[in-house]
Amino acid sequence: MTLEETTQKTGNPLIEVNGVGKTYGSVIALRDVSTVVNAGEVTCVLGDNGAGKSTLIKILAGVHQHDTGEFKVEGEPVKFTSPREALDRGIATVYQDLAVVPLMSVWRNFFLGSEPRKRFGPFQVLDRKTGRETTKKALSDMGIDLRDVEQPVGTLSGGERQCVAIARAVHFGAKVLILDEPTAALGVKQAGVVLKYVAQAAARGLGVVLITHNPHHAYPVATRFLLLKRGVALGSYEKSEIDINELTRQMAGGVELEALEHELRAVETPS
Amino acid sequence: MTVAAPPALDERIATPGILNRLVVRPEIGALIGAIVVFVFFSVITDQFLSASGAATWLDDASTLGIMAVAVALLMIGGEFDLSAGVMTASTALVTAIFATQLGWNVWLALLVSLVFALAVGGFNGWLVMKTGLPSFIVTLGTFLALQGLNLGVTKLVTGTVQVSGMRSTDGYSSAGSLFASTVDIGGTEFQVSILWWIAAAAVGAWVLLRTRFGNWIFAVGGSAVSSRAVGVPVMKTKILLFMTTAFAGWLVGSINILRFASVQANQGIGLEFQYIIAAVIGGCLLTGGFGSAVGAAIGALIFGMARQGIVFARWDSDWFMLFLGVMLLAAVLVNNAFRRKAERVRR
Repeated sequence: MTLEETTQKTGNPLIEVNGVGKTYGSVIALRDVSTVVNAGEVTCVLGDNGAGKSTLIKILAGVHQHDTGEFKVEGEPVKFTSPREALDRGIATVYQDLAVVPLMSVWRNFFLGSEPRKRFGPFQVLDRKTGRETTKKALSDMGIDLRDVEQPVGTLSGGERQCVAIARAVHFGAKVLILDEPTAALGVKQAGVVLKYVAQAAARGLGVVLITHNPHHAYPVATRFLLLKRGVALGSYEKSEIDINELTRQMAGGVELEALEHELRAVETPS
Repeated sequence: MTVAAPPALDERIATPGILNRLVVRPEIGALIGAIVVFVFFSVITDQFLSASGAATWLDDASTLGIMAVAVALLMIGGEFDLSAGVMTASTALVTAIFATQLGWNVWLALLVSLVFALAVGGFNGWLVMKTGLPSFIVTLGTFLALQGLNLGVTKLVTGTVQVSGMRSTDGYSSAGSLFASTVDIGGTEFQVSILWWIAAAAVGAWVLLRTRFGNWIFAVGGSAVSSRAVGVPVMKTKILLFMTTAFAGWLVGSINILRFASVQANQGIGLEFQYIIAAVIGGCLLTGGFGSAVGAAIGALIFGMARQGIVFARWDSDWFMLFLGVMLLAAVLVNNAFRRKAERVRR
């Protein structure tokens, strides 16, 4: 474990979890998991379905509260009661399927929850012009060139939607960006585009938590890996300590390896 | 054949045809429907286009329209309110009982019924959000409870199933001038409720499209989980929407009680579906997240024009139901097609 070393090296990390656990009734969803997220680094959480990845990020994002252990933001122990609270501390989460509201326009989605407003007599009204222009600029800053920010987000491709959500988090000054399976539903090319934005966000000095079950997506962008299996940490590695084959082997675990490798080859082959 | 492509054109920018642009507006279907109905009855009846005829169908559409706008906002927010119809009777009864039986000033009685309406609306919203149950079933409960309360309390207080005698109460004429007077335009008396209807549509549309709260209404109806994740106060938004519907119920109840000076305890039952129908004809999706306040007001206009047009044409009023059914089905089909267009997923 290099957790303690990392912590000492950089002072207070953006996020630090120590031995957190969570139970839903009698089901232990997560037990004794520790990791750290630093500025400009990508912490990758890997695991198969039901490994506890979602539970962990829901704790970080303020959707659920941890039952045991310690969760620190910039050195200060916290227990968020709502996603809004996590957002106020600079922790933004982009969810796999529910990053956006499909029927709403791109710019309305971009500013959802933090709408720009201006005075109109005694009222505060939406500043639609600023909204549209800022959205367009923020997206093009990240290299996303959209035709029309008034179009419903539902008309964008899956990758574009993830990018809108990532650009939104970056624009609103997130310090930590949590990405839940951003590449899961995407084609190979689209996944590559999204990973590029992930690397770009880290390069801008954000701490990124990337959740995935695909080591091939995780390895190129990650600084650190946290492997989860059945709610417990299987291991925590710096990138220098592990290569992709070992990572894949650890994730699959011995006998399942061959089947998984086969599966991965199928995933990596463009259809 | 690919070499000759004109270089200036970005292949992603299809020229947005006028049809495609119009299709995005949720109220366009209702507008076309309204024009068709208007032209149809203008041609086949004489009275329809006359000033007094117009006053009649506008009046019919007005109270329905006020409710339809509020119900549309609630539906865009992803919820139903089945207690909206009976609420118009409940608020009228509260006002009438306080004014006639307890001798309160009408303005004070109106204030009491407003507080009552907002409390019931708030309770509806709170219960729906706290339990996570479908609003359909929760408000069906409040609908039945209010219906029973209306009859029970009215019988207890007056011994009959109606409260009357508003005309002799304090403040009746001043309150009446605000809620139930008429406006003379070119010798024809138009009900002031028509102005309330237009105001409701204007305020509804403005809130929906120009304010942050409007943005939240679309968001909580389109995807409550996503909205919560980006920090939209979903519970507050939905409770306020239920309270808005209750407020509209109070407004319509007040218009009715001050206009007719009496109220039947069983009034308003069944109207809740008319509100929903008007909202759907106006372009609201039953699943939430899409719709228009102006559309709902136009939906109510179609209602009023068809209902009175059929009377002017001296047809059996049963035909109205057939018309309504066809209209509703057409609207749902059109809305559904729009939604697929907007929601379609490209990967």
